[in-house]
Amino acid sequence: MSTTETTASGIGPVEGSGTLSGYSPENPAPLIEPPRKRTKKTPKSTRGNFEMAAWLFMRLSGIVLVVLVIGHLLIQLVLDGGVSKIGFAFVAGRWASPFWQVWDLLMLWLAMLHGANGLRTVINDYAERANTRLWLKGLLYTATVFTILLGTLVIFTFDPNIR
Amino acid sequence: MPAGTLYRGREGMWSWVAHRVTGVLIFFFLFVHVLDTALVRVSPEAYDKVVATYKTPIVALLEYGLVAAILFHALNGLRVIAVDFWSNGPRHQKKMLWIVLGVWVVLMIGALYPVLGHAVRELWGS
Ligand code: HEM
Ligand code: HEM
Repeated sequence: MSTTETTASGIGPVEGSGTLSGYSPENPAPLIEPPRKRTKKTPKSTRGNFEMAAWLFMRLSGIVLVVLVIGHLLIQLVLDGGVSKIGFAFVAGRWASPFWQVWDLLMLWLAMLHGANGLRTVINDYAERANTRLWLKGLLYTATVFTILLGTLVIFTFDPNIR
Repeated sequence: MPAGTLYRGREGMWSWVAHRVTGVLIFFFLFVHVLDTALVRVSPEAYDKVVATYKTPIVALLEYGLVAAILFHALNGLRVIAVDFWSNGPRHQKKMLWIVLGVWVVLMIGALYPVLGHAVRELWGS
């Protein structure tokens, strides 16, 4: 079809543009500021970059957790007889090694903080009343701190000769 | 709940829903898991008694479900990271979802025997 050629640009000459606009290097068009540009008058953010840090943390911790958690599942559920071998003696054997202590400690902290931050997002999304959000987050943070402290204490105070 | 929303996304939305559901499930599991592990500070007997229930066939099925949740969340999490940080990520997001599901199916088949084998032997002998 020949029409496609004649209307290739689809737009006719724009009024007020080009050499007819009246603007020239001697008479430049007025500068329009981008609408969201930060200027001296923009108020300083009072919240810092917490949400950005949280976003980044989810991704960095996620990458590390792939190794830690899948490794953990492999050890606990697949290798060496799977779940059947687990017992006090097995745990005593594992936590005799600082390597596995550090592994479990890192996994505990990263998974709890990653999960807690994820749940914070979920609460923000679904709890519409400010009061509900406050209570749910209070509960979440309490449970998170409690779990991290308990798990850390258990790793550091483990006693194979408890009896 | 954001009531009455009409948005019905496609694969992208469902993978997001599944990522959210599995993440929340794993968090609740972890909470209980740290509590049960803490029993090693009570007594070897208390710990072994609780762990014994983890070796029953029904709980083995739950463990298989946990593995399913973790593997999906982990693989899809890597996909989300790729979409965010890899310049070609957004263009390949759908293809990557199918890869995630493919790898997930393969790993789940691989996990069948290690995770459920002992339950099958217990239920049907030998
Ligand atoms: C059904 C599957 C699982 C089994 C059978 C299992 C088993 C165990 C065992 C026996 C221990 C004692 C220490 C050791 O041997 O390393 C332990 C500790 C731990 N597991 Fe798991 N685990 C499972 C899944 C998970 C998952 C999915 C996560 C992470 C989301 C996880 C996180 C942890 C943590 C953080 C500790 C240290 C607890 C503490 O500090 O007291 N486990 N697990
Ligand atoms: C195994 C490796 C893991 C990877 C690669 C991973 C990756 C991710 C990523 C990238 C996000 C952010 C998603 C987004 O912003 O849209 C996320 C969210 C989340 N993760 Fe994980 N994660 C892992 C393990 C875990 C564990 C162990 C837990 C629980 C303790 C967990 C719970 C959550 C929750 C609750 C969310 C929020 C979901 C949402 O906002 O919709 N994740 N994960």
